[in-house]
Amino acid sequence: MQVRVLVRLKPGVLDPQGRAVHHALEGMGFEGVADVRIGRLIELDLADGTDDAAIRQMCEKLLANTVIESFTIESIG
Amino acid sequence: MAFRAAVITFPGSNCDRDMATALEATSGTAAIRVWHADADLPERLDLIALPGGFSYGDYLRSGAMAANSPIMRAVIAAAERGVPVLGVCNGFQVLTEARLLPGALLRNAGQRFVCRTVDLTVANTTSPFTSGFSAGETIRIPVAHHDGNYYADTETLDMLEGEGRVAFRYAASCNGSARDIAGVLSANGRVLGMMPHPERAIEDAAVPALGGADGRRLFENILASFATA
Repeated sequence: MQVRVLVRLKPGVLDPQGRAVHHALEGMGFEGVADVRIGRLIELDLADGTDDAAIRQMCEKLLANTVIESFTIESIG
Repeated sequence: MAFRAAVITFPGSNCDRDMATALEATSGTAAIRVWHADADLPERLDLIALPGGFSYGDYLRSGAMAANSPIMRAVIAAAERGVPVLGVCNGFQVLTEARLLPGALLRNAGQRFVCRTVDLTVANTTSPFTSGFSAGETIRIPVAHHDGNYYADTETLDMLEGEGRVAFRYAASCNGSARDIAGVLSANGRVLGMMPHPERAIEDAAVPALGGADGRRLFENILASFATA
């Protein structure tokens, strides 16, 4: 089974990379970009039947730092 | 009794030798070097030091992989027994990732790596690391980091300040850190994480810009608390 974990900075946590990319887009002439936030996509290839609780633990213990990040888990097959 | 300090080396640590040198220069006893894959620490330690560097290439997040390495289980257990732990730069990042200290260290607000000597204001004078400083005193210590922007939510920041757990602040904004925090202490004051490198300031040089001994005082504070313990 395959799972996709999306890790995002929580709202309110400054994202200097996102801000720099935002400025770059504006500098390139793209208009109407209100904000840019950069996250991380992690794809896991797991043994069939791995339970949700185990995947959540992987996220909470290593893949995301819940002090600053939130995560979502999506099954992709 | 001789002062027993351990310096942990992770793959990618690069200030471990500087840390060991600073400890030996101030205590007169060679520090014990410990590898990240070891499961156990030496017995009867008076200090555990987590050095600067780029453990595991900063993969995932700075300090995240190291925080889950085998030796960190022993470090967390030792910290819970009250063994003093000093984390500098990447060591500070490891301590927050291991949840021995609150908050997290984000990319510098200016996106740039910051490498220079900065003025720090001493904010705590009661911990084993800071007891020989005067409150409000300015000390000069080098910084060298890309991810030193201290973040914690407002409630946590208020708690840290209320409990006197901010050890040092940048005298002038350095990297975007919340409330200019450069170093924080655990609730019992025995775990210190700081971005500046005291081990790089242990002796004066002929050219002032190339040296400084304010970092040496931090190690002397630890030794003084050891002597009276």
